[in-house]
Amino acid sequence: MIKRKAVVNIWECVACGCCIKVCPRSAISIPNGIYSKINQDLCVGCGRCVKECPASVITLREAE
Amino acid sequence: MKMKKKWYDYLWILSLTYLILGFFNILFAWLGLLCFFIPLFIAIVKGNKGYCNKYCGRGQLFALAGGRFGLSRKKDIPKWMRSNYFRYGFLIFFFAMFFLMLWNTWLVFAGTKDLGTVVTLLWTFKLPWHWAYHGTLFSDGVAQFAFGFYSVMLTSTVLGFLTMILFKPRSWCVYCPMGTMTQLICKARNAAFSPKQEFRSKG
Repeated sequence: MIKRKAVVNIWECVACGCCIKVCPRSAISIPNGIYSKINQDLCVGCGRCVKECPASVITLREAE
Repeated sequence: MKMKKKWYDYLWILSLTYLILGFFNILFAWLGLLCFFIPLFIAIVKGNKGYCNKYCGRGQLFALAGGRFGLSRKKDIPKWMRSNYFRYGFLIFFFAMFFLMLWNTWLVFAGTKDLGTVVTLLWTFKLPWHWAYHGTLFSDGVAQFAFGFYSVMLTSTVLGFLTMILFKPRSWCVYCPMGTMTQLICKARNAAFSPKQEFRSKG
């Protein structure tokens, strides 16, 4: 089965934190205030952050 | 899967109250300085965007109105609006307008200009706002700053509302000058501190 994971374009991320609030797995953090980091082990690829991101810089990618 | 709400998830009530208070007594506008100093303080001292990420009541207000109340088309923001050119450009423009407002306040403080009881929307439209002015105990400049600052807050709310409707609920966050500035501070802090840490870990 193909697994999907959310990936952030860190160059265009505004670090607003909208993604943190909607992540049902609490897999997202913005440790340095510059861009958000998604813990790939926790991410289940639900795509909520993708929908929420106001800058539309999160995408779902197929993982191995 | 419903996430448990924290106390700071209700700060949108304060943001809304702030906007309403400005219709009754303009001097309440001074409270808005909190939205300027708290994010800066967190960014400078803690080196993160904790304000945006957790406490920003305005962001919550947009998330509610655009999300729960469905006032947003939920479309992608145009690419140019999320570009650094636009974000930094807007920050500079916003600051220029802010300093112009401070200069006007200073002129009223100095007595070279009379108090204007108007709220300037979108840096252009002067709305009569005298009904929210009931005198001030100190200099007229105190009231002038209140009118100027409330203009800034109302203008950014209106802009945020427009982009909330057109794009995603919290589109304002993409070009919010405070957000851009705190991210810049975090970038500078990270650039200044992280190489040293790397150096240290290498021994």
